[in-house]
Amino acid sequence: MSESAFAIRPENMAASKSSAVQGEVRNALEVRNLNFFYGKFQGLKNVTLDIQEKRVTAFIGPSGCGKSTLLRTLNRMYSLYPGQRAEGEINLYGQNILDPKQDLNLLRARIGMVFQKPTPFPMSIYDNIAFGVRLYENLPRSEMDDRVEWALTKAALWKEVKDKLNQSGLSLSGGQQQRLCIARSVAVKPSVLLLDEPTSALDPISTGKVEELVHELKSDYTIAIVTHNMQQAARCSDFTAYMYLGELIEFGATEQIFFKPTKTATEDYITGRFG
Amino acid sequence: MQMNQALYKRRQSTNFIGLTLSMGAMALGLVVLLWILWVLFSNGLAGLDANIFTADTPAPGSEGGGLRNALLGSLMIVGLSVLVSTPVGILAGIYLTEYGDNSKVAEFTRFVTDIMLSAPSIVLGLFVYSFAVATVGNFSGYAGSLALSLIAIPVVVRTTENMLRLVPGSLREAAFALGAPRWKVSLMVTLRAAKSGVMTGLLLAVARISGETAPLLFTALSNQFFSTDMSGPMANLPVVIFQFAMSPYDNWIRLAWAGALIITLTVLALNILARVLFRDKVKV
Repeated sequence: MSESAFAIRPENMAASKSSAVQGEVRNALEVRNLNFFYGKFQGLKNVTLDIQEKRVTAFIGPSGCGKSTLLRTLNRMYSLYPGQRAEGEINLYGQNILDPKQDLNLLRARIGMVFQKPTPFPMSIYDNIAFGVRLYENLPRSEMDDRVEWALTKAALWKEVKDKLNQSGLSLSGGQQQRLCIARSVAVKPSVLLLDEPTSALDPISTGKVEELVHELKSDYTIAIVTHNMQQAARCSDFTAYMYLGELIEFGATEQIFFKPTKTATEDYITGRFG
Repeated sequence: MQMNQALYKRRQSTNFIGLTLSMGAMALGLVVLLWILWVLFSNGLAGLDANIFTADTPAPGSEGGGLRNALLGSLMIVGLSVLVSTPVGILAGIYLTEYGDNSKVAEFTRFVTDIMLSAPSIVLGLFVYSFAVATVGNFSGYAGSLALSLIAIPVVVRTTENMLRLVPGSLREAAFALGAPRWKVSLMVTLRAAKSGVMTGLLLAVARISGETAPLLFTALSNQFFSTDMSGPMANLPVVIFQFAMSPYDNWIRLAWAGALIITLTVLALNILARVLFRDKVKV
């Protein structure tokens, strides 16, 4: 397998500014005093949290609380739009990704994102998966075939599409398209996977499949998931961050947040008294 | 229910008048269109014979002959024009949507494109004449292609930009999220998604320039003989029709009708092709 493009994976870099204990718990992403602005409107206010590697961290909160905004700062997706800016620090294995000198394309190859609406590219299923891989790796045909099969298997889609890899990605059902998007993100072997409400456009069966996927992917990837479905957060995540109006109200282990929240605001939201 | 009979009757009659007027307008348009097609087909078909595609334009007053040199000339001139306008138009369209967006350069480009879209084609023909024909000293197929390109490019730019704008931003974001550089996102994802719309725009631009006469009058002019040399004057269908239709020779007039029919059928075929080949097969 080609290692050239992945010789320097951020998690392998020795000197890490992470404050976590070496060899045990490491933080993939550390957000420090993050402020985010849509023009004059402040979308995030002084957010500080750690995203542990190989764990699932969920962001919950009512609409407009800033959870998607926070997710989109993690892979600098906002940089596509002038007028949106972030201040503060986000350290990916010690490297500040808010640095203007940061190579955005390389960053996004390391931090993948799956969106709410399934967005298959207008190409065959095979090319959909291969597109991301071809950007940074030069694989011979047989290895590419293996990678495509591996990614589709990881996304629990291989059996369903293995006989129609040349068909357009648009010919799949909604749930299959979303799993295709997940396979596409997984195929490039990122360090972190960001999921922005991945199941809100799906039916319950597909939702269940995707949640199983998240659980399985956890062993290899760091995952951050935004969801407005609290039960999903409770089911899938190890850590939960509750946000409201751009502020991080509470952050901790999922069990603690859901059973013994320390702030009343959190408790109100969890129990449905509000939001 | 209390119903005012007078009000109801008045509404019914207004409805009837409106319906009649709009159907009348439609009928008028249809009648005119069918009349044109009828005249074109009856005169054109009578003028078609086996020699149309094999013989060249005849000398004034002589019998027989065909339109071979004009057909080939049109093909070559329009063909070269398409080869030039397609990349320029599509790349400009991509620039306007993906890169320029609202910048001053992009706004200016759109402004210029709009002006050129509505510029009279004879003006464009004269413009090309002034620097590509008068300076060189002879009419040429190249100058003709240039003039037609100036007409086609704004059309392609406009349709490409509109079609690209229809591609949802979420598709672009998904490609960026994989770490793709902007040019790859534009070409391999966005343009591909807008493929059918862009191709339709191209075909329509081709259909438009196939029938343009004025610019060719000053640039390619025409040629009585068969020629494949684009650096000299070349026969082409629109100018030949123009020349023959106003002449006193029956043979020429017959050929002019045949040529008009051929042009109409070609444009019709291109339009149908655009609709059939490039319809969106999969509804997202």
